[in-house]
Amino acid sequence: MTVLLFGGVFPRYVAAQHAYINISDPFLRKSPVAVPDFKLLGGQDAGAGLALEARTILANALEFTGYIKVLEKASYIEEPAVTGITRAEVNFKNWTVVGAELLVTGGVVKSGDTVQLKLRLFDTFTERLLVGKVYSGGPTDIRRMVHRFCSEISLHLTGNRGIFSSRLAFISTQGKNKEIFVCDFDGYQPRQVTRHNSISLSPSWSSDGQWLAYTSYVKGNPDLYIKNLKQNRGASVRFKGVNITPDWVPGQFALAATLSYEGDQEIYLLTGKGKVIKRLTRSWGIDVSPEFSPDGKKIAFVSKRAGTPQIYIKDLETETVRRLTFQGRYNTSPAWSPDGDRIAYVGVVKGEINIYMIGLDGNGLVQLTRTAGDNEDPSWSPDGSLITFTSTREGSSRIFVMTATGGEQRRLLLMEGAQTDSEWSQGNENN
Amino acid sequence: MKKRLLMNLTAALMVSGLVFTVSCAKKTVVSEPPTGVTVDQSAEDAAAARAQELAKQRAMEEAQLKADALKEAQLKDAEFARKAAAERRFQSQDIHFGYDSSELTPMSKTLLKEKALWIEANPMVKVSIEGHCDDRGTTEYNIALGERRALSAKKFLVNLGISESRLTTISFGEERPLDLAGNDAAWAKNRRAHFVIK
Repeated sequence: MTVLLFGGVFPRYVAAQHAYINISDPFLRKSPVAVPDFKLLGGQDAGAGLALEARTILANALEFTGYIKVLEKASYIEEPAVTGITRAEVNFKNWTVVGAELLVTGGVVKSGDTVQLKLRLFDTFTERLLVGKVYSGGPTDIRRMVHRFCSEISLHLTGNRGIFSSRLAFISTQGKNKEIFVCDFDGYQPRQVTRHNSISLSPSWSSDGQWLAYTSYVKGNPDLYIKNLKQNRGASVRFKGVNITPDWVPGQFALAATLSYEGDQEIYLLTGKGKVIKRLTRSWGIDVSPEFSPDGKKIAFVSKRAGTPQIYIKDLETETVRRLTFQGRYNTSPAWSPDGDRIAYVGVVKGEINIYMIGLDGNGLVQLTRTAGDNEDPSWSPDGSLITFTSTREGSSRIFVMTATGGEQRRLLLMEGAQTDSEWSQGNENN
Repeated sequence: MKKRLLMNLTAALMVSGLVFTVSCAKKTVVSEPPTGVTVDQSAEDAAAARAQELAKQRAMEEAQLKADALKEAQLKDAEFARKAAAERRFQSQDIHFGYDSSELTPMSKTLLKEKALWIEANPMVKVSIEGHCDDRGTTEYNIALGERRALSAKKFLVNLGISESRLTTISFGEERPLDLAGNDAAWAKNRRAHFVIK
């Protein structure tokens, strides 16, 4: 797959200036986008199916974000598939009148086994071309090509490349066993990555998306496994006691995990090869589920040091520890927002298990799920716009996704068995 | 004087007669052998009786032995059954915990004392203590909690004198529930330490 740039106006990305959409805004209004049918540029028949497929993938991906509303095709006045897809050919008044603030046009050229996609994003009010790109590849690359363009759209609208090149790791039952699976950001094409025929839990991605660390009972004891996803190599941490709840240090080949080989559960820093670097917590009793801040300078973790499980923050530079959660008697599973300002977590109140969010300063506590089964395992999308979680609202455990403010809760994927423990990777165009 | 002599002689004769009679009688005794045949006959009868008696005794003894062996076997079976039952009880009788707790209840302590006796009586045995949780918490925390439950039980047994080298612990968190009903009774059943003979 190759990428070309084109277009008379090629805007230079400046995050602060160009952010059309603030995805952290809890009162976010969705941007209305028109995505008309793609034009067949290489003859009328060739690539008709591909054009339809590409347009559908693009519309679904934009809709998935939670901050874009794709307008109904039936309301469109103009047909760029007929009249043309370039700035000169588009009559922007026809788009502002149907309520579109943004317009995406696409053209498909198919010659032999090569497909070329010409994609443009316009601002309908300023009548400007915001992004224009040409992608080429095989017919099976359509999805990747379209999602690359979605990343460009995201970059222009939010200042962030978004979720389109990220993946999710999760656990699914296989009979009595639990194995790790990976799927695309939108739940597409789950594929199994462990075949331990055992219980595997708590997958964690390295920043570069090349490594997964997780817990497995494959050798009887809950041990830690560090696995390269592309090559058949890795390491294991198999001390006496528990070896659980790994979390990678951002940008480093190192991770934190809970080990109990010294007689008490404590959080340790380990190399990517599984060697203990040092111990990070010093408190009798349960210390579990470390989660690094995006800058890697702090960890959030769960401790029972005050009698009930609560979330604590440790500054790794100053060595100071403070308690973050005070409401409720059971707060676990911290998940740090990519902007570093908030922590999503699980709270159990009166037997109901729900996702909550709290500011790092302890303010702004909000409940994100309610009265819909048990809700666990929050994980942030790399752009901070979405949170995946596990819910039993449909009976069996399944992976759901919602906006970071708790909106638009929907099931991510439907597959056999029960799914839990979803973990979002960073975006990585080379995945 | 002549008369006195005769009288004496008569007396002497009488005495000798007496002697004769006595000797004659003696002779009769001596000539008893023919009646010895009769004696032989009765001896044979006695031997037979004795043999019969012996056989009877032997049979009785054998019966007794058989009975004893049976009884012993039965005792062995009973002992075996008792041991098997004790072993079953050791493995099937879990100890239970409160919600989000790894503290031992008085009931758990009683059961652990019983288990300690069993472990002492079976010196070759090693025991794995499994910690389990209900699912009203989060997966990761529950693995930690399950380990604390197993460790609580282990510590109590060690304090009762069981060698630490005979006890291992493992936590299954909420991964191996006994009862999937999802009510208070089921959750209580699932919050347990389970004992497995290795």
